[in-house]
Amino acid sequence: MKRKLSLLLAVLTAASAAAAFSSCGSSSSAKPTLKVFNWGEYISDGQDDTLDVIEMFEEEFNCNVQYDTFSTNEEMYTKLASGSVEYDIIIPSDYMISKMINEDMLEPIDYDVVTNAANLMERFKTTDYDPGNAYSVPYTWGTVGLIYNTTMVEGTPTSWSALWDENYTGKILMFLNNRDAFGIAEKLLGYSQNSTNADEIQACADLLKDQKKVKPNYVMDEIFDKMEIGEAALAPYYAGDAVTMISENPDLAFVVPEEGSNVFIDAMCIVKGTEQYELANQFINFMCRDDVAQANIEYICYSTPLQTVYDNLDEEIRSNEIIYPDDEVLSRCESFVVLPDDTNQLIQDLWNEIIAE
Amino acid sequence: MAEQTRHRPFDMAKLTSVPYLVWMLLFTIVPLGMVVWYAFTAYPNTDFTLQNFAGVLKYGKTFWKSIYLSLIATVVCLIVGFPMGFIMSRMSERGQRTMQMLIMLPMWMSFLLRTYAWMTLLENEGLINKFLGLFGIGPFQMINTQGAIVLGMVYNYLPYMILPLYSVMVKIDQSVIEAAQDLGADGFHVLIRVILPLAVPGIVTGITMVFVPSVSTFIISRMLGGGSNLLIGDLIEQQFLGSVYNPGVGSAMSLILMVMILLIMGVINRFDSDEMEGMLV
Repeated sequence: MKRKLSLLLAVLTAASAAAAFSSCGSSSSAKPTLKVFNWGEYISDGQDDTLDVIEMFEEEFNCNVQYDTFSTNEEMYTKLASGSVEYDIIIPSDYMISKMINEDMLEPIDYDVVTNAANLMERFKTTDYDPGNAYSVPYTWGTVGLIYNTTMVEGTPTSWSALWDENYTGKILMFLNNRDAFGIAEKLLGYSQNSTNADEIQACADLLKDQKKVKPNYVMDEIFDKMEIGEAALAPYYAGDAVTMISENPDLAFVVPEEGSNVFIDAMCIVKGTEQYELANQFINFMCRDDVAQANIEYICYSTPLQTVYDNLDEEIRSNEIIYPDDEVLSRCESFVVLPDDTNQLIQDLWNEIIAE
Repeated sequence: MAEQTRHRPFDMAKLTSVPYLVWMLLFTIVPLGMVVWYAFTAYPNTDFTLQNFAGVLKYGKTFWKSIYLSLIATVVCLIVGFPMGFIMSRMSERGQRTMQMLIMLPMWMSFLLRTYAWMTLLENEGLINKFLGLFGIGPFQMINTQGAIVLGMVYNYLPYMILPLYSVMVKIDQSVIEAAQDLGADGFHVLIRVILPLAVPGIVTGITMVFVPSVSTFIISRMLGGGSNLLIGDLIEQQFLGSVYNPGVGSAMSLILMVMILLIMGVINRFDSDEMEGMLV
């Protein structure tokens, strides 16, 4: 769920692709190559004295790692499904994992190798999208909530309806991403975020159309800029990114509205047909190891699903309600599961109508 | 035998075009064929269908908006670029080189970054409104408007209008203009009767090179239009990277867009009957 500064990522992706190209030619050794496909800025990479996780793995397991990044689940899925790329490890989000399980695109995890997964917190040992974690091992998680500028918004907004408040006309940002946008409307109307009921979805579309009265600005990555300089007063976004924004602008605050919200999990999976099944399992186990997992979580600011990593974090981070909300907040949150194709199609058609009008 | 030797250089010349022909086959003809294939098949099956085109129909308004905004941008580029091209063509050689450089300079930076920069300039809390605020004016709503999209198009594609115009106009001999003046033509008639007709190939190339990328852009409308002024390029992108993978409808949209561009180009090219020397592409 990380969509941080995709501009930069586009450049980095191009650079890493170029690097991958050149390394193809030079590596004549018999070392196996593990191909990893992850969100941008989603691993500790050695910047600013952090651990270079990829390099560590290459040394410990005597292999090469080809590391590439994507910026949306759909982009990753399209690339894999079209057969234009091959990867051994991918780190998609919950609903995409269930879609890929349904389409038989993932290998089961070998828990005889991935022993560090025993360290997962109890509530991450089984998930809605992948019962028993048969095909995926949680990597990070977080909630979606409302980021607001305390100097521009009176009081604490407690409802998603703040995004429909005409007092903030022209100062509201909205997801440019239909699943997240419909998720907010669904919560506001008291529906499930995984509704497949056409009437409910139509009602959400009407509500989102009604939002046009406050002239929302539909954005993804641009949100960082716009919230940090005070261009906008209110925006829905991911908790981990809210932490980043608040560190840039202390006037910002984050709240999970009372109607409830989305809790997402990004998890590590092995792609079906991999030639490096053993090494892929070792990679996942390595990523769950205390030192590595801690370096990653400190780097990316999202929440960890691993108990000992959580225990070792600074008290300041552990008590941060944005990153580690209490059970009361989590009980209001729902996670996405995959929707049937016709529901996705309906949502996408309605969404195009909303934003293209 | 004599004839054969005369033919040989010609064959060699043909041979040198092979790398480009292979390139074109691989990266233009084959992808184009795939677009046509996807447009007429019901993905993931391979059955023939026209359903994809029916799916495009409801986006008629967006097609119209894309063409409308791109036409405005093209006209603005022409109005700004024509005098600029002429002034440049009358400069000293040194001046011409400097101007060429200045016009190309922004293109050395990433297109994405330049468009992103406009976003931060145009925002309500952006540099322009902050500056105006010093004098108590504004703030003006500039970002997230259709005007901002047109501005983005003009800014990004203006060089592609000026350069072909300049390259045609620089070939207009000063003595032709002087002859017209000697024969009693005033400034207006020199422009209408002499410069304009001679510049037609440049105008046609310029229009093509501004209109085509403008009508298919998706990043300018997304960054400067606030995501609620979607153009046809955005819709095509959605078909591939949105929540539904829909290559059929995406390809049908691309195909319709291509046909529309070809038709518009066909009309424009009629003005440029046999003068092709100004063509850069």
